[in-house]
Amino acid sequence: MGLNELTIHAAHELLVKREISSTELTKTCLDRIEEIDDDLKAFVSVTKEKALKQALVVDKQKSFENETLAGIPMQLKDLICTKGVRTTCSSRMLENFIPPYNATVTDRLFDRGAVLLGKGNMDEFAMGSSTENSAFFTTRNPWNLGCVPGGSSGGSAAAVSARETFYSLGSDTGGSIRQPASLCGVVALKPTYGLVSRYGLIAFASSLDQIGPLTRDVKDSAIVMNGIAGYDPRDSTSIKGTCPDYTASLGKGLEDLKFGVPKEYFTEGTEPGVKKALNAAIKVLEGLGAHLEECSLPSTKYALACYYIIAPSECSANLARYDGVKYGHSQRLAEDMWESMELTRKEGFGAEVKRRIMLGTYALSSGYYDAYYLKAQRVRTIIRSEMNDAFQKYDALITPTSPTVAFNLGAKTADPVQMYLSDICTIPANISGIPSISIPCGFDRGLPIGMQIMGPVLSEVELLNIAFSYEQATDWHNIGPSL
Amino acid sequence: MFSREDVEHISTLCRIGISEKDIEPYRIQLSHILNQFEVLQELDTENIEPTTNPVSVGTVMRDDEVQGSLTKEDVLHNAPVRDGDYFRIKVVLEE
Repeated sequence: MGLNELTIHAAHELLVKREISSTELTKTCLDRIEEIDDDLKAFVSVTKEKALKQALVVDKQKSFENETLAGIPMQLKDLICTKGVRTTCSSRMLENFIPPYNATVTDRLFDRGAVLLGKGNMDEFAMGSSTENSAFFTTRNPWNLGCVPGGSSGGSAAAVSARETFYSLGSDTGGSIRQPASLCGVVALKPTYGLVSRYGLIAFASSLDQIGPLTRDVKDSAIVMNGIAGYDPRDSTSIKGTCPDYTASLGKGLEDLKFGVPKEYFTEGTEPGVKKALNAAIKVLEGLGAHLEECSLPSTKYALACYYIIAPSECSANLARYDGVKYGHSQRLAEDMWESMELTRKEGFGAEVKRRIMLGTYALSSGYYDAYYLKAQRVRTIIRSEMNDAFQKYDALITPTSPTVAFNLGAKTADPVQMYLSDICTIPANISGIPSISIPCGFDRGLPIGMQIMGPVLSEVELLNIAFSYEQATDWHNIGPSL
Repeated sequence: MFSREDVEHISTLCRIGISEKDIEPYRIQLSHILNQFEVLQELDTENIEPTTNPVSVGTVMRDDEVQGSLTKEDVLHNAPVRDGDYFRIKVVLEE
């Protein structure tokens, strides 16, 4: 077994005993990237020299005992700002953008001695569910190179699954870390809205965006959360107060916990293989002492429409900054400033980004604002209250993460609405601001299936315990792709 | 439903230049997406407060203290066209 196949916690133990060095871990990951990334395409850029330098510094200066993330190599989705390291959003618009500062999460990880291997490919500006909207290339699924890895954090999920990196940070606006984690067979946690600072995260839809970890097991997810969660005055949505130790409750068990299984999450489009795996997972949870029952969240059917008004509206406002003046692509072969701006945005944005900006501009425009954006915000309140009511009765909700396993490249590119349906199970958590974790729960036709566990606001400790209990009772997290 | 004029009007509002040949595909796609939103009309939202932040932390206040910021060089580093300490843009007003 190569060092790159270890979990964070296993590698950490070896670092503490000084049986291995961060430099060795880093080199193993870099070798793995060199070996397979021409086929996998999970990285937009690999920061080899920086990684080796960081590893050397950690080996010399850090004590590993008190910091689990020290010396552990990681990847960041390419919309998390890294000072001096190109951050592209997988867009022509930011192809040569070099941030002058670090995102808060980048700083926090660097302070803990994390080693940056490079930046993860994604759908352009995080808009998409397959990485096929990347302006550069499509990432492949490590379980089958003919399939997509999911998206938008597809590069993150593929890199973690293929053992190129120990973990990655992605961003989740409507399922963008959970859906690819499900399709690639890894663990992803979308924290409560406001728990992880978005300072330095290139914005897509600000009332929905949240950063979270993609890891190979649940304990690693808790470890990375310990490294990134917590109040940041530079993000005005940041939640005040101290964070718990996210590893503390792992192993507490499921005795006396009550879970709801909302029937609306098993839609017509849910594949039989996914249903079967979820039913088997429910049996496992019952065997562990939890009480499960079917429940109903009738407003779920409005979530997709609600999301596809709110997200494009906020995206149209956020992406108005790309005007070719201060940074990013700029087309100056124009008569005046307005023409320059139109050409800059025409050339700099891909088709899906343009579609969403136009949709959002329409929804916010004079005469339509009340009918679309305001209406969607009101519907959001209905969905959110229904979800909160469910948590009066249940400790958590159990659903599939994605209605399907990974699909073939090109299968859903022709019809945007088909692609949007990939996120039908993940969107409600963003709308409600609640935490949600996706963990592997089986396979169909050799492709991974994910189970989603949602809990009330700030229930990360409990969610991680539930996920951990299931994981330890099963073997899915130990099975990697043969790539 | 979107008309061709709608598509042209929106593209002007958001300053995205679109080619003549792209107007019709955008019109069809945007109309199709807009149709999916109709389902929301079923819901009576008359007395429902809109959600702007799902986990509201209230209005954030801070003292107005002088703090460091990025240097001029850092800020101008990514400028597509720079003129000394200025960002250069194309002409806005006619001479």
